[in-house]
Amino acid sequence: MTVIVSQLFTGVSIGAVLLLIALGLSLTFGQMGVINMAHGEFIMAGAYTVYVLQKVITGAGWSLLIALPIAFAVAGAMGVLLEFLLIRRLYARPLDTLLVTWGVSLILQQAARDIFGAPNVQTKAPDALTGNVRITDDLVLSNNRLFILGLAGLAVVALTLVLRFTSLGRRIRAVVQNRDLAAVSGIPTGRVDRLTFFIGSGLAGVAGVALTLLGPIGPTMGTNVIIDAFLVVVAGGIGHLKGSVIVAFALGTLQSLIEYSTTVSVAKVLVFVAIVAFLQWRPQGLFTLRTRSMA
Amino acid sequence: MTSTVERPVSAPPVAPRRRFVLRGPGVGLAVGAVVLFAVAPVALSDFRLSLLAKYLCIAMVAVGIGLAWGRGGLLTLGQGVFFGLGGYAMAMHMKLADAGPGQMPDFMLLYGQLDALPWWWAPFRSPYFALPATVLLPMLVAFLLGSLVFRRRVRGAYFAILSQALAAALAIFLIGQQGTTGGTNGLTDFQGFFGYDLDDPVNQRMVYFIVAASLLALLLIARQLIRSRYGELLVAVRDSEERVRFLGYNPANVKLVAYVVAAGMAGLAGALFVPAVGIINPALIGIVPSIEFVIGVAVGGRATLLGPVIGAVAVAWARTTLSEEFPAAWTYLQGLLFVLVVAFLPGGLASARVLLRRRSP
Amino acid sequence: MSGLRIRDLRVSFDGFKAVDGVDLDVAPGDIRFLIGPNGAGKTTLVDAVTGLVKASGSVHFGDAELLGRPVHQIARMGVGRTFQTATVFEELTVLQNLDIAAGAGRSPWSLLRRRTSVPTVVSEALETINLTAQRDQLAGTLAHGQKQWLEIGMLLVQDVRLLLLDEPVAGMSHDERDATGALLGVVSRDRTVVVIEHDMDFMRSFARTVTVLHAGKVLSEGSVAQVQADPKVQEVYLGQGTRDA
Repeated sequence: MTVIVSQLFTGVSIGAVLLLIALGLSLTFGQMGVINMAHGEFIMAGAYTVYVLQKVITGAGWSLLIALPIAFAVAGAMGVLLEFLLIRRLYARPLDTLLVTWGVSLILQQAARDIFGAPNVQTKAPDALTGNVRITDDLVLSNNRLFILGLAGLAVVALTLVLRFTSLGRRIRAVVQNRDLAAVSGIPTGRVDRLTFFIGSGLAGVAGVALTLLGPIGPTMGTNVIIDAFLVVVAGGIGHLKGSVIVAFALGTLQSLIEYSTTVSVAKVLVFVAIVAFLQWRPQGLFTLRTRSMA
Repeated sequence: MTSTVERPVSAPPVAPRRRFVLRGPGVGLAVGAVVLFAVAPVALSDFRLSLLAKYLCIAMVAVGIGLAWGRGGLLTLGQGVFFGLGGYAMAMHMKLADAGPGQMPDFMLLYGQLDALPWWWAPFRSPYFALPATVLLPMLVAFLLGSLVFRRRVRGAYFAILSQALAAALAIFLIGQQGTTGGTNGLTDFQGFFGYDLDDPVNQRMVYFIVAASLLALLLIARQLIRSRYGELLVAVRDSEERVRFLGYNPANVKLVAYVVAAGMAGLAGALFVPAVGIINPALIGIVPSIEFVIGVAVGGRATLLGPVIGAVAVAWARTTLSEEFPAAWTYLQGLLFVLVVAFLPGGLASARVLLRRRSP
Repeated sequence: MSGLRIRDLRVSFDGFKAVDGVDLDVAPGDIRFLIGPNGAGKTTLVDAVTGLVKASGSVHFGDAELLGRPVHQIARMGVGRTFQTATVFEELTVLQNLDIAAGAGRSPWSLLRRRTSVPTVVSEALETINLTAQRDQLAGTLAHGQKQWLEIGMLLVQDVRLLLLDEPVAGMSHDERDATGALLGVVSRDRTVVVIEHDMDFMRSFARTVTVLHAGKVLSEGSVAQVQADPKVQEVYLGQGTRDA
């Protein structure tokens, strides 16, 4: 029984990581339809932000908390720059956007290698997050996983509130649903796009901060997570936050259960098969926007 | 009732513009054949020639991508999967042939995890199974995946991401199965290729000629497909899938053909890569190599016949030349190629030629 | 020739009833105009008949039930349509467009070969839609009206028995409208035609029968004169329409 509960907790915490790395994408890919392969490098930038801050501020606890807003700003700024320089010119060509941003991701990875060195680097976790919470003798939940779970929950709630209750959120939804109509209604669509991209990329930075608690920081850490993140958004359905949330936790749980009974490598293949099978059933993802358009 | 009687046309059978466009690759193919079979073997050292064989294998993958992506709009970011399936099928056969009848491949004895040959290795002992499998196995996998996703109208970016995820999954799977697939090291240290000693430079030249001939054969197949009615239909599906459906076609089948053919081409490329280069491993088939196959196609001109081949060879050559001395510079350059070519010259070098011609009086 | 028979057709989008229990009979060889204010459900009705959206009820063309079949099968049963914005394959020539439209029944073998001659149906259609001179021009370079005609030409070579045209004369000049109307007359000799149209002059000139849709339901049906005289129609639609005209 405790085995199942502890596997479920592992699954939920894998899901929380998936959710954090996919949340920004569910905004830029899910809402705007932009396939940004450099999203993984924004995550990397968030992680290196923690590394740099720890060089300046020695207290691990404070540096992590301070890193959260700074990583958000750093990754967000990179996103805005990318949107302004390249993506904005490619809105009508989604597949080309994918390839162009892949090129950007290569450049950013190499830049990280040149600045921080090719080997992975480590950061110190705050003391408060190194311990465990003991529920029963067999069931032990680690603090850093709980922290990530909380952070993911907070990010979802904050993003939902912004989209639903602020004028920026209303503008984002208006542009998503009907760009031309939004433009003639006086909404500056270009600026809304840039702000959406800022928030989505910023969330990648936050995810990067969280990932420093789980493993080393390296130039290829973005590539390792980007496909999973995209699969979450694809299976969740375009334009729906809740789809991404449900799919992230479902995939996390599935992966942890399969890993428990087989191996990590088999789990990867089975999760892929599960997603293809799922798309047979719901080709547009878990939730769909119904429209009358021809496509 | 649809009339099937077709009358010959007296006026120009094909528009002059069109005839010109079609004549280009015909001449190009002939020139290419002369270069590959007459010039290169004389001009290049054994070492350079075997490098060229490697580039031509990558170019074979590019021919398939040009068909599926350039003509059919299917951005397949998982060609490494089919390249790998073909490569591993060939490598397994060569390992078993090296080991001799009834013996296990050396690396299995080395890792010592297995008492007997796994059942799925056994058929590859026979060349009559292994050789067709290098092409048919990738085509079968492409058929299964393609018929699932195309029928459910998974397309565009969704398809690209799924195909990429497949490449990631296969690479991770192979790494995890070290005892039976060689894991990260892959399969390497081959001695013979159907009885010919691979250490002998003469036999390496023979491998080069097989690769060059295969590439030409694939180009002829691609040329016929592009010029046929199917080729026109494929472009129609790329530009307006929904409209094609209202004309009574099932676009899923049209796309499936291009995808399966491209997979077979990648499989053959992988199979020949193994004797030409001497190794196949997960690092050659994952996400990164899969997307690198695409950049050569983009550089050369995705919608043309010869563009992908020229682009793939040029990029592979630049990579070898630059990455030895300046690895960092090469990564920047590769990134810049993706950005500049795809964003600002989507037609590739082929369109640059047209642009230049248009400017000159 | 076959006619179209629709019974209790219903389509809803997330609870909004776009088509709400429509019964419709179109006789073989008829030219039926579907009119109605925006949002009346005209295009959705055509979408349902051609399999683009899910619907309940029944749609018979001849003896065959159309509902529940995939789009390309319905097309092969002889039902063809055009779209509000002309959709032709812009990067193919006029000839290639027509050749593809004519080829849904081709064998894989003939698909894999080059086109060596122009099929008779294609050259006839080129004459009918008056685009013979533009045969080798890319469809994307045609004028707006010519694209509309090319679309109709594609339906002709596709050999459909039921044509569903969504605003075929929108954006056309007066002469082009008359030519299109004449084309409808030729086409309807051995086919059934349904036209969605907002242009009242065009309707008065070329409609044989008219159905008025309003809020997803049939409001009125009959000849042009009967429909125009219907007070319900004048109230919701034609009242404004005739004032404009």
